[in-house]
Amino acid sequence: MNPRILAATTGRILRQLRHDRRTVALLVVVPAALLTVVYYMYVDQPTPPGQPAPFDRIALVLLGFFPFIIMFLVTSIAMLRERTSGTLERLLTTPLGKLDLLFGYGIAFGLAAVVQAAVAAAVAYWLFDLDTAGSSGLVILIAAVNAVLAVALGLLCSAFARTEFQAVQFMPVVVAPQLLLCGLFVPRDEMAGWLQAVSDVLPLSYSVEALLEVGSNAEPTATMWRDLAIVGGAAVLALILAAATLRRRSG
Amino acid sequence: MQDAIALRDLVVDRGGRQVLSGINATVPHGTVTGLLGPSGSGKTTLLRALVGVQVVTAGTVTVLGHPAGAPQLRRRVGYLTQAPSIYADLTVRENARYFAALQGRGTTQADQAVTDVGLRAAAGQLVATLSGGQRSRASLACALVGDPELLVLDEPTVGQDPVLRAELWARFHAMAAAGTTLLISSHVMDEAARCDRLLLIREGRLIANDTPAAVRAATGVDDLEEAFLRMIQAGEAGTAGQEAS
Repeated sequence: MNPRILAATTGRILRQLRHDRRTVALLVVVPAALLTVVYYMYVDQPTPPGQPAPFDRIALVLLGFFPFIIMFLVTSIAMLRERTSGTLERLLTTPLGKLDLLFGYGIAFGLAAVVQAAVAAAVAYWLFDLDTAGSSGLVILIAAVNAVLAVALGLLCSAFARTEFQAVQFMPVVVAPQLLLCGLFVPRDEMAGWLQAVSDVLPLSYSVEALLEVGSNAEPTATMWRDLAIVGGAAVLALILAAATLRRRSG
Repeated sequence: MQDAIALRDLVVDRGGRQVLSGINATVPHGTVTGLLGPSGSGKTTLLRALVGVQVVTAGTVTVLGHPAGAPQLRRRVGYLTQAPSIYADLTVRENARYFAALQGRGTTQADQAVTDVGLRAAAGQLVATLSGGQRSRASLACALVGDPELLVLDEPTVGQDPVLRAELWARFHAMAAAGTTLLISSHVMDEAARCDRLLLIREGRLIANDTPAAVRAATGVDDLEEAFLRMIQAGEAGTAGQEAS
């Protein structure tokens, strides 16, 4: 990796995003709008004794989930565009390293996700009185690491997609199992043993656990830091795998 | 002096079909060499092999003394793909500055490259809003920006008006005079006369590798398109003769 080339690539991706105002607007507005829907869905639901209010628990998990799903989609399409427009082939004839390109996407969309998560968190905390024992800064941090993971998985999956149709099909494959098994619908320790085993190897399970730790503890816990490290590690692993599947030469 | 490009027995298969069948050729330093042939003859595949993005079945490709695609070549070789490969959602200037940064060049060189291809007035325009000809010139600027020793250009003058085409060819020759080697593909035969040397390929085989004057002399006709037709016919008659014997 070359810091100058990495910085130029990150800047280039952010400039592309800046020119696309509609995408920026969608990135910022959609999670906040969906949180509004969730708030009114749960506003009259009773709070079970000794547990957090349903909205607090679900909104907290969604704050981490929205950047995950959105950044996965955005990245898959962005990388596919690099392939089909010929820019990828051209880039690979320049001094740019494969990791410069992949980490460039990770950093650029990670930064976009911070803005997205901050706006969504602001709406949740200020407008809908989201109540977490821990700090909102940690929630945004976990959401951003989640987004970087999604970017990494999107880059990896785009290596296996030849068309936009295929790229979009990877979303349910990668995202849906992680959403179902992350502990949002059924607590993970109440699942069948084999489902729990699957859940244990899916990175989103750890980001949800980390978010719930922030929800119930005033100070960051060791479990939260461990979970965050696992999610970050999975992101780096996926980026390295993506670099390994990116070939300079093609047939 | 060593040749800028040396191809030995280059064979490339794509999609189960042999696209290049044993090409042997050299390109000297500081020349403008035209790679000519009908569409589908293997021009783009040959250029891709030179810049190291094509999987090669057999043979060797040596560029500036190194195997094609070697990491040390990535600063020394500029590549223009046939379809403009630049970012449609960036301005011309932003594209040039990005590709300049990849080559370790500054914004001054980037802006100069944009001026050199005649796009100074459109520098602030998004590439998506440019005409086809402007787009391919913007793409060309991104190939020129690193001031490479070897420029591999896949049909750089397609869709350009005659005045611009003449300007671009004058620039190519000025660069060659300064020591740059240029390999330029085209399927338009009237561009052949503008080259110092010609490589003619047809159906994956090299038919001619000579100067335009030598091609004219060998075939006894002045028009290069006619000369190529005769060479192709002579080649086919030769192959038919071999098959019959």
